[in-house]
Amino acid sequence: MAERITRDDVAHVAKLARLRLDGAELDTFTAQLANVLGHAEDIAALDIDDVAPTAHPLPLKNVLRADVVGRTLDRDEVLAEAPDAESCQFRVPPILGEEP
Amino acid sequence: MAPGAAGTAVSLAAAVRAGDLSATEVLEAHLASIEEREGEVHAFNLVVTEQARARASQIDDAVSAGNDPGPLAGVPVALKDNMCTRGIPTTCSSRILEGWHPPYDATVVTRLAEAGAVVVGKTNLDEFAMGSSTENSAFGPTRNPADPTRVPGGSSGGSAAAVAAGFVPIALGSDTGGSIRQPAALCGVVGAKPTYGAVSRYGLVAFASSLDQIGPFARTVADAAAVLDVISGHDPADSTSIPQDALDLASHLDAGVEGLRIGVVTELMGDGIAPDVRARVGEAADALERAGASVDEASVPAVTYGLSAYYLIAPAEASSNLARYDGVRYGLRADGATTGEMMEATRTAGFGDEVKRRIMLGTYALSAGYYDAYYGKALKVRTLIIADFAAAYDSHDLLLSPTSPTTAFALGDKVDDPLLMYMNDVCTIPSNLSGQPAISVPFGTGSDGLPVGVQVLAPALGETVMFRAAAVIEDAAP
Amino acid sequence: MSRSGGDGTGLVVSGSTGDAWELVIGLEVHCELATATKLFCACPNRFGDEPNTNVCPVCLGLPGSLPVLNKAAVELALRIGRALGCTVRPGVFARKNYFYPDMPKDYQISQYDQPTNVDGWLGLPDGSRVGIERAHIEEDTGKNTHAGDTGRIHGSDYSLIDYNRAGVPLVEIVGRPDIATGDQAKAFVSELRKILLATGASDAKMEEGSLRVDANVSVRRPGAGLGTRCEIKNLNSLRSLGRAIDHEARRQIELIEAGDRVTQQTRHWDEEGGCTRPGRSKEEAEDYRYFQEPDLVPLAPSAEWVKDIDEALPTLPAKRRSALGAAAGMADTHAGVVIAVDRDLDALGLAAIQAGGDPARVLTHIEHNLAVEGADALEPEKLADLVKLELEGKLTATQAKVVLAEMVATGTAPAEIAAARGFEAMATSALEATVDEVIGSEQAEWDELVRAPEDDKRIKKLNGFFTGKIMKASRGQADGKAVNALLVQRRSAARVERGLD
Repeated sequence: MAERITRDDVAHVAKLARLRLDGAELDTFTAQLANVLGHAEDIAALDIDDVAPTAHPLPLKNVLRADVVGRTLDRDEVLAEAPDAESCQFRVPPILGEEP
Repeated sequence: MAPGAAGTAVSLAAAVRAGDLSATEVLEAHLASIEEREGEVHAFNLVVTEQARARASQIDDAVSAGNDPGPLAGVPVALKDNMCTRGIPTTCSSRILEGWHPPYDATVVTRLAEAGAVVVGKTNLDEFAMGSSTENSAFGPTRNPADPTRVPGGSSGGSAAAVAAGFVPIALGSDTGGSIRQPAALCGVVGAKPTYGAVSRYGLVAFASSLDQIGPFARTVADAAAVLDVISGHDPADSTSIPQDALDLASHLDAGVEGLRIGVVTELMGDGIAPDVRARVGEAADALERAGASVDEASVPAVTYGLSAYYLIAPAEASSNLARYDGVRYGLRADGATTGEMMEATRTAGFGDEVKRRIMLGTYALSAGYYDAYYGKALKVRTLIIADFAAAYDSHDLLLSPTSPTTAFALGDKVDDPLLMYMNDVCTIPSNLSGQPAISVPFGTGSDGLPVGVQVLAPALGETVMFRAAAVIEDAAP
Repeated sequence: MSRSGGDGTGLVVSGSTGDAWELVIGLEVHCELATATKLFCACPNRFGDEPNTNVCPVCLGLPGSLPVLNKAAVELALRIGRALGCTVRPGVFARKNYFYPDMPKDYQISQYDQPTNVDGWLGLPDGSRVGIERAHIEEDTGKNTHAGDTGRIHGSDYSLIDYNRAGVPLVEIVGRPDIATGDQAKAFVSELRKILLATGASDAKMEEGSLRVDANVSVRRPGAGLGTRCEIKNLNSLRSLGRAIDHEARRQIELIEAGDRVTQQTRHWDEEGGCTRPGRSKEEAEDYRYFQEPDLVPLAPSAEWVKDIDEALPTLPAKRRSALGAAAGMADTHAGVVIAVDRDLDALGLAAIQAGGDPARVLTHIEHNLAVEGADALEPEKLADLVKLELEGKLTATQAKVVLAEMVATGTAPAEIAAARGFEAMATSALEATVDEVIGSEQAEWDELVRAPEDDKRIKKLNGFFTGKIMKASRGQADGKAVNALLVQRRSAARVERGLD
């Protein structure tokens, strides 16, 4: 059985998900998530180690497409949607941190 | 309701194709209905009046020129605002996508257009389809046309309400855990979720990819069938699309249920279901029996774990699907000194609380140390549910259950208690987890006078038989 | 730091304390596949186009778009896997979740716990083998350009993103830590590159980034357990790879010998500074939250497909080297053999040798005289004939080179070319006459050469003087070796005659 989710867990998860929470939000979300996860204890407690997981309901495999060039989007149309663009590229504030 | 707005999609299309009614007349009648009640209902995020008029006029030109515009000729249709429409804003009822103009059409949108349908607008939804009441929309809630103090259900509440209010004869919704069937039940219209893979997801903004399916809302089973016949069929742009032809439901609708074995799902008829709703399901079962089906109880034990499994799997997938809303390429951007800060500010400002809740829940379920206990376990429960359904279908052709545990509840009733809100989906979730089709058919009202929906469930690709039973229930409805 | 070793089992490095150290190196190589389109969409997979022109809803990660796997990418990935002796297994795509602006969906689709190719190996020219853990398929990211003073990530004012590369198919080849020296690491990449080129899987250009190498480096005392490793990135050439490994090993050894510990981290090679620099340390370890990609279905190549791949695989460089080496009676590692295979001229060499051409001369021509266009169209029998003419003394080495160039250009037989050019090596009697004539006309120099003691520096110079005169007199037709032999013989005779010997 998993341990009850803590305020620190929620803060960590928010950070992973790039969400900023203030103190009051942290409290509310922690209580709500604990409530939902508490309900999920019914399955967390199931002894089903020998059951295979199902990630997807379809039995399909090997769906492949031919290597044929198709249409690309109009660049102006694409960049018109960008919050900021320069030199036909998407512009963002300085990037800190490593690319994994 | 204006005269043209009363017809079914099937009858309107027949009249337009025969030249008895113009697509423009049909459209104007529906626009008039919208004009009349949309202020109260708020079914739409956007009504594209001018584009719709231009399209209707095209259809009329085609008919005049002796061409057949297709099986849905001139039929007004509303699209849930999570389906991409080229050049027309697609918001998912979220601030984070406000103002985004997709550069492409969803496959279903293309297929509707090819069938002659006329898109009149984009309907409201719970933000990114996360919710069961359409109260989680960034643009305000939709109200139930049957009682505007009540919710229409969700997340496709706008589409359900648009059909129920007579704004359009047909609409498309998406169903991840019941988001078509539950609002259909609460609004008193037909809503169907096809087999996973029967309808292309290309251009449907993803909530939970392994569960999402597009399906129709309509006022009749025949109209829902007509829409599914148009939008189903293999799409090479969706790897999870089943490689087979479009469904052919319309031509089998009248085949009846003689000799079919139908089981009422024991686990979905318990204390959690309101007695008046249970009573209606019992009456629907009786009606099927009178029509020649043999009806008994069927046990699908694992469905009781459906809610828990669903509320781990769907948020897990959603946490990844919604990562792309980062302020870099489209939609909202909030200021930040660095890209990391900009992304965080954008997502914090752009997502509503329910979306944040599910993103965090899903992130947690997938994170190191918890994957096995939560997400991994939920995937195994999914296996159990599929196995239990398979066992039930060994001795049954179809299953029957309520669609929603209650009739429509009041706005604001459940917004502060997510778990209570999630309980609305208990009857609909299992079919999403198993990838199997299900349909909600209106069947009278509850003790409060509000609509009740009965759900027919079928094994994968069992739509034809499922729709036959739905037609029988529709005929017998009080 | 000094190095010894070379026993192939591990480089032993003596640190400043005199202790012995071993390097343990594992390489991760990303190669872009040479498909026409991207991995999951129909956009062109092309380097160097105008920014953001090769994009569509899928590779831009637009809401609602869905990936569809490119069959050609799978085909090339399977070729790589089979060329590396991997077992092909059913593969499942997963999402690797992390936020980065060059990644349109903020997750990367990659094979995680169920890669397509597993458990292979790569044989190096020195005879050693490096294990391959896996070779899996994944998508590339877009490209960031950092604007501002430095042009680097740190201190930039803002960044610009081009998504042309986003979604380009990659195979990541994860080598086992079986490599013990920087040279061996270079040989691994070089050999892998040859395989990628031979199979047509990738154009494998390190400088254009279509082949990218990361090196995991750790050090340990001989026999000890594995040390803490650092991953070195930004290795843009084979030279950088070797230098970076040497530097990183030295850094780690100095750290440990000073009583410190190596911290597991990513480090970047600074080519100008000649050192590795630590990456910006993350506040917390990333948690990628891998899970199966629900928008794709499993990939399970059939046995027939794998068999077709195997049958279509070209003979790989290692096998070609051993075939040529065996035919030539030389080691696989012989420079001529290696170069012949590198230049795709091993088939020519093999056939020329089989047609009776002297192996050493055949390989010499391939190594020195056939780095030209059209060389591969040369008829092996004619190359063998040329070599025979040389051996028979009918053509000098210089003449043979000229004839060979004309053979490549025109396809004419060597004897014909030699005749047309009047290239017939002079008969010995004619040569003797010429030599004696030159000696007679240059008496003073000849006298000096005859008198000079054996170890005198002047001998070499005077020999050169006479050889030049004789070659000139013969209008270049004389064979250099024969001339030299005659000069030596005439000088000995003169010394005996004069009573000097």
